Amino acid sequence: MQKLLRGALLAAALGAPGAQAAVEPAAVVRTYADIAQAGYEDALAAARTLSGTVDALVAKPSNETLQAARRAWLASREPYQQTEAFRFGNPIVDDWEGRVNAWPLDEGLIDYVDASYGTENDDNAFYAVNLVANSRISVGGKTIDAGKITPQLLREVLHEADGNEANVATGYHAIEFMLWGQDLNGTGPAPASRTGTPQERHAGNRPHTDFDPANCTGGNCQRRIDYLKTVTAMLVEDLQDMAQQWRTGGAARQAVESDPRAGLRAMLTGLGSLSYGELAGERMKLGLMLGDPEEEHDCFSDNTHNSHLYNQLGMRNVYLGSYKRVDGKAVSGASLSDLVRARDAKLDEEVRGKLDATLKAMQAMKHRAETVETYDQMIASGNAEGNAVVQAAIDALVAQTRSLERVIVALELGDIQLEGSDSLDDPTAVFQ
Amino acid sequence: MKPYAFAVVGLAALAAVAAGGADGQPSSSPGVDVVAAAAAAAPRQRGDLSAQDLARVRQVTAPATGFDRAEPFELMQAGAATARQLVNADIFSHPSGTLDFEGRQRLLVGNGLFRKDWVSAPSSTQASDGLGPLFNARSCQGCHVKDGRGTVPGFDPLERSDTVALLMRLAVPPANEAERRKLAAVDVPLLPDPTYGGQLQNFAVAGLPAEGRLEITYEPVEVALNGEETATLMRPTYRIADPAYGPMHPQLQMSPRLAQPMIGLGLLEAVHEADILAHADADKGDGVRGKPNWVRDARTGRLVLGRFNWKASQPTVMQQSAAAFSNDMGLSTPMFPNHHGECMPAQRECFKLPHGAQPHLGEHEVPAELMDFVADYSTNLAVPQRRDVDDARVLAGKKLFYQANCVACHVPKYVTRRDAERPEHRFQLIWPYTDLLLHDMGDGLADGVSESQASGRDWRTPPLWGIGLTKTVNPNATWLHDGRARTLLEAVLWHGGEAQAARDRVVAMTPQERADLIRFLESL
Repeated sequence: MQKLLRGALLAAALGAPGAQAAVEPAAVVRTYADIAQAGYEDALAAARTLSGTVDALVAKPSNETLQAARRAWLASREPYQQTEAFRFGNPIVDDWEGRVNAWPLDEGLIDYVDASYGTENDDNAFYAVNLVANSRISVGGKTIDAGKITPQLLREVLHEADGNEANVATGYHAIEFMLWGQDLNGTGPAPASRTGTPQERHAGNRPHTDFDPANCTGGNCQRRIDYLKTVTAMLVEDLQDMAQQWRTGGAARQAVESDPRAGLRAMLTGLGSLSYGELAGERMKLGLMLGDPEEEHDCFSDNTHNSHLYNQLGMRNVYLGSYKRVDGKAVSGASLSDLVRARDAKLDEEVRGKLDATLKAMQAMKHRAETVETYDQMIASGNAEGNAVVQAAIDALVAQTRSLERVIVALELGDIQLEGSDSLDDPTAVFQ
Repeated sequence: MKPYAFAVVGLAALAAVAAGGADGQPSSSPGVDVVAAAAAAAPRQRGDLSAQDLARVRQVTAPATGFDRAEPFELMQAGAATARQLVNADIFSHPSGTLDFEGRQRLLVGNGLFRKDWVSAPSSTQASDGLGPLFNARSCQGCHVKDGRGTVPGFDPLERSDTVALLMRLAVPPANEAERRKLAAVDVPLLPDPTYGGQLQNFAVAGLPAEGRLEITYEPVEVALNGEETATLMRPTYRIADPAYGPMHPQLQMSPRLAQPMIGLGLLEAVHEADILAHADADKGDGVRGKPNWVRDARTGRLVLGRFNWKASQPTVMQQSAAAFSNDMGLSTPMFPNHHGECMPAQRECFKLPHGAQPHLGEHEVPAELMDFVADYSTNLAVPQRRDVDDARVLAGKKLFYQANCVACHVPKYVTRRDAERPEHRFQLIWPYTDLLLHDMGDGLADGVSESQASGRDWRTPPLWGIGLTKTVNPNATWLHDGRARTLLEAVLWHGGEAQAARDRVVAMTPQERADLIRFLESL
């Protein structure tokens, strides 16, 4: 009897189909903005921790301090990757994203590289300019004074220099290259001499002495330190800016709260575009199709499995209106799921099922990465078993997008891409 | 897709389709004007619209009559496909607003291939090797900088970089009646240099010399403008230095071509032929007469309306892209299956180098699957929405644009086909400001190289949409077919031939009027 009662109460709490108070879109988008704010604040806090470990590494370069910095970078990716669910659909986030997460990069722009990388590329004059080693950079007859490594030099002169998107001078992946160095293992096995998890054995292997001016390896240790400290500080600053955008009065929060229907569209555009296009497409399918480790998202640290997994977790958070912060506290409220359930309980169940299925496929990928082989080995041509694990995650992402498309129909948000009406009062009207 | 046998080795991607392939038209038959036949057979009516729709389309595409406020729908210059993202350097890199999530995935995978550096074979990344042996660039984005215009090596000789985005088309005049007939029948679009082919490749893989180096000198030319103003145009001279395969043909003709922006191409493909030909057929008595370029469709061998590139010499985005893979990067595709790109028979060493086709990955270096992704990408990059459509100066400039008769060639609007191949391009009111036709642009821009029906004086009217964001996307970008115009005003002042009268009206404008005109262009 008691058990039954508990079950009934639980059902009431979750809201039985059709028998609940109306969920307001305004409340749903408020939760969404709250999660975004918490997510960027967590990413900011993690970047500050990373910055502290970088200071420690520089103060006392050792294998331990380098490992601690690497661990901090890995930890910083967990909240950040969850925030990628906000990128598409919110022009303010999309506009800013290239500063913090640009990828893939021609790392020869930044520091020394292996001979196999080559010394020049006719398409990219900055391909191997090696900022760390050169305080004057000569490109196409022009000389750039790089004597002092400043945010201005990195952001305005070197980042996307010549319009080439592979010239990445800032953000997570630039820091990743600093902490790990090149992963020279391609899709092949890890060197027998290395120990630990597949990730630890297969990732880049930069020595801590690269940051030790007294016992310098790789040359130019002080400039390498200057660069690492500068890009890390810039990451903190950029995340500060974005967290501010989602606080009360921030422009990104205002954009979704002032027009809740547009906010709902932004939510679904973000989920669908990240699922299907960015993640299943450019970050996964392309690499799998080409069997190319250069197409791995976190290619220096071999942490791609986590990047993808936390993307999925972030998308699930947005749909369920609930985010577990790094400190364990929850941010939750009225959700898209509530809104869909009020319209069509079966559809809500379907979406939740699909989101969970993708998470499971991502977890299987993570499990394989932690026990058998890294993500770049999984995508090697001819690795049928590894390929299948990645393909399963792609398929799950595609399937969840199909369900999200049904949500767009159920919530009468119109064809999400076919915005605009025939109304002449609306300046964005289109002829139909 | 069935690959065709090509008449001229090494010119594969210039669409030199052999006579009599599959359903190809008979060509080279004396006495038959194949071009006139193609023109006569082309539709002059829009078969895709009901009478009611046709009336609405006519009304909405009629030229503007009032300039006191923006026209309806003008802000969204590519219809529902318009990009509404914030303006930054990525503004040419967004998906068409009409794409569904699956389409966006195809676009993003295509983006990965568009930015990918191809490498020479053999390499460990077997799926992306096969570059060259001769090539102009390693990647698509190497020329189309952030999906925008390419960069010329630079006007200051001391600050000159390697030439990547500016390629040199090569041709020779016909030497005999047989060659003249071949050209007349459009069996070939042009006659290539016998040693160097139809294009100069100024890079090559290790172990092979590049064909040569492009040397450019600029001579400043002052132009006096009404209102005590002067503009300085930069007149270029081109020379090929260090030719590595022996002398070039004594009557060699050269035509430089700069990489163009990638936005809105699928919508241009979806403009109905009848709407284009209507401008070619009309004689408005203003001395402007657009000419269609009838070119070979590499899939069918038929003569069809060309609409892409500086000479309108490619009919489809797919063919333009496959030609770029072949000529510019030396990569084989199902449409142009020659693994050695533009190696010419005289360049024997070129054929000895390994290619990148892998039996287990398909028979071409760029298999159909990858090619389709790149073509999808290239048809669905969105045109940004306009800025300041209601601004008084912009509206004044728009009025001047009409009054100076710029609209004779830069035709403002179309409604795309209801039956376009892809749903995302269907029935959109678009504002590309082009007639997609060829015009004689006068001596100043002429370079003597003809391609199919395009004479050495003819250039296709380039679309103007997005032109105001050129430098937002690539701060080093310049304008016109060889990038000689450093400003939009310089580009206008180079107009001659059919556009001489319009150009003269701009010269005669007051400084304020000229500034307004430019302000209008910048709002596109």
